[in-house]
Amino acid sequence: MKRSELLSRILIVAGVLIVLAAPFAARTIGAQGVVEIHGRMAESGGWTPSTIRAQAGVPLHLRLTSDDVMHSFAIGQSDTPAVDVLPGQMTEVTLTFDKPGTYTYYCTRWCGPNHWRMRGTIEVTGDDFASPQPGTPPLYMMLNLDIDATHPASVTPIGFPDAQRGATFSTLLPVNYMSLDYYRSHSPAQVVQELRADPALASLSNSDLWDLVAYIWQTNTTPEGLAEGQRLYAQNCAACHGETGRGNGVFSADIHALAGKYPANFSDPATMLGAGPALLQGKILRGGMGTGMPSWGPIFTDQQTWDLVSYLYTFQFREMKK
Amino acid sequence: MRSELTGFPLVKTLLKNRWPQLLVWFVMLAGFLFAILSGFFGTPVGNRNFGIVFVWIAWWAVLILVAVPFFGRGWCAICPIPLPGEWLQRGAIMDPPGKKPRWFNLRWPNRLRNIWLQNLTFTLVALFSIIILTTPKVTAIVLAAMLFLAIGMSIVFERRTFCRYICPVGGFIGLYAQAAPMELRVKDKQVCLACKDKPCYNGSEAGYGCPWDVFPGGLTKNTYCGLCMECLRTCPYDNIAINTRPFSADLAKPSTRMDEAFKAFIMLGAAMIYAGVFLGPWGGLKLAAYSFGSLAWFGYTAAFLVFIFGLLPALFLGAVGIGKALTKATITLKKSFTAFATALVPLGLMFWVAFSLSFVLTNAAYILSSLSDPFGWGWNLFGTTAMPWQPYLTTLLLPLQTLALVVGLLWTARTAQKAGTEVNLSPIPVIVFSTAATIAMLGLLL
Repeated sequence: MKRSELLSRILIVAGVLIVLAAPFAARTIGAQGVVEIHGRMAESGGWTPSTIRAQAGVPLHLRLTSDDVMHSFAIGQSDTPAVDVLPGQMTEVTLTFDKPGTYTYYCTRWCGPNHWRMRGTIEVTGDDFASPQPGTPPLYMMLNLDIDATHPASVTPIGFPDAQRGATFSTLLPVNYMSLDYYRSHSPAQVVQELRADPALASLSNSDLWDLVAYIWQTNTTPEGLAEGQRLYAQNCAACHGETGRGNGVFSADIHALAGKYPANFSDPATMLGAGPALLQGKILRGGMGTGMPSWGPIFTDQQTWDLVSYLYTFQFREMKK
Repeated sequence: MRSELTGFPLVKTLLKNRWPQLLVWFVMLAGFLFAILSGFFGTPVGNRNFGIVFVWIAWWAVLILVAVPFFGRGWCAICPIPLPGEWLQRGAIMDPPGKKPRWFNLRWPNRLRNIWLQNLTFTLVALFSIIILTTPKVTAIVLAAMLFLAIGMSIVFERRTFCRYICPVGGFIGLYAQAAPMELRVKDKQVCLACKDKPCYNGSEAGYGCPWDVFPGGLTKNTYCGLCMECLRTCPYDNIAINTRPFSADLAKPSTRMDEAFKAFIMLGAAMIYAGVFLGPWGGLKLAAYSFGSLAWFGYTAAFLVFIFGLLPALFLGAVGIGKALTKATITLKKSFTAFATALVPLGLMFWVAFSLSFVLTNAAYILSSLSDPFGWGWNLFGTTAMPWQPYLTTLLLPLQTLALVVGLLWTARTAQKAGTEVNLSPIPVIVFSTAATIAMLGLLL
């Protein structure tokens, strides 16, 4: 064998080996201490991995990429801002969890009909071995509400109740109707019937009473709470329920094909006014109901859920935001 | 009008010496393997994967816009696919060939000594192109299949049978190489006739016998010469030359082969279909082409095949038939058909140039980002990973495409005229056919 033959063989064999091995070697070195998460539409597998383990107080380095369309990565019940996860590109995020527990990460981009299923969990362990204190059950459970049952409104208004107009009758309103507990545990239709039966309000017309109900709903929220509810709605609900709450979001047809039902129509007084805040809280937290509605319990904080509930009533009541 | 490039000592030395070619080969092989690797292990997002970006944007741009029009089979001279198989076949990369074959060394069957199989392989690739061109893993599978098929065929058969008879790319490069202003030819045919051992074909201590199974002394067109430079190395009489020449030189003598005629239709038709599927506004068509196995896909496939193998040749045959009737020539319809099909070579080439300009200029920005992060693993080797996508030369695109199509049509008209003179037929109906096809292509590109 001539020297040139030997040299050429060495060049090709060594070159091929380097080409094959170098990328993997570099990747292995670069990936130490980093968790790589791939996002795919839920139909194609969602997040991979879908379970991550971390230590409380120890930074968790994540490298996020999408294998198909644009996604976004957010941690439920957390102030950490969502980050976009771009197709074929890496986004690096470092998270530190203060407390042990199970955290949910999820996609906030409308990436497909099953976008809502794109979730994963981060199991955070820590030195705190004390058994977790049992939390207070959500209100809908304490009230033992059946969130799967239909909830037709026994009465409905003519036109849209107006919170501002209701405020003009507020001096007549007994204070017990204004409490947070009362508001959360009653549907608007129940409240209007109780108001009708109250002798103190006998002088008011049915329309006036509906305006008073809208006023009660307004006083149990804040402009900031409604703004937060609107943001959450736009980000998480509008894709199915529609920006105007009519149940006609961009995925509504897909939801109908999947679940046989269209998403709930919040602009329909016959059903919406039969639902109290606690009932809506239950539907949001648990989901299900045979409609393809996801569970938002691990995603929203308690306050966020109530803000969202308040916002849903803006599809029925006017002037709530003022 | 011919000028011998090998008359320059430096050019000749660079081409005769094996090292420059081997070094380029090595780089190409590394890139090729890297493309396969990134297809299998990199991001499945096409525009961020080296395999897709470098094969279907960078390589394709160089091939169709530069290599084929100006250097003919220049790409075949440095294509890495035959390298591993040839090493196995010969038992050496640089050393002289042994006396005895190391493997089966079978001759390629006579019945298959044509480009029908290449027509088939190209049609298959074209049919699945929207899947192959957008899915890194499928691209990797296709590239790996070509590599392994070439290796397997090198073991079973003699010479480069994969390149000559199977390679889906080689078929059309050969067709369009006829139009290129470069050629490998012998300087004096008498020298070849007098040469006893014909080392250019049989091999010698100086090099290997023609891997493309061509006797250089008989070369009249570029189609089947792979520019591997072996004959330049083996010829004891320094009788091989690389020449520059006028464009279109080989097309003056029309083809008589039906396989080559159909290659012209496949290329012409595929360019038009690609323009519709890749660049057109028809989402349903894209989806049909992508949804392999669906009813829509079968519809697309049927339309694809009927258009390329039925409609286009039938319309062309009609045009040739009218030309025949006009001149009352005695030549057979088949001979007229193949002769005039040669005229479609420039038209097809310029269709491809026009089509490729569009997606190459639109997607070229991905080359730099993919270079820095070939696998989509978050690397930033050259600091260009985050370079935003932007199409280039958008204002020039349409004028350039229109120019390419007009040049193609004029070139084809001139070639048809020459072919008409050769076979004594009126070229006008064929020119009308070509004009109609050009208008259709222009409509698809606009």
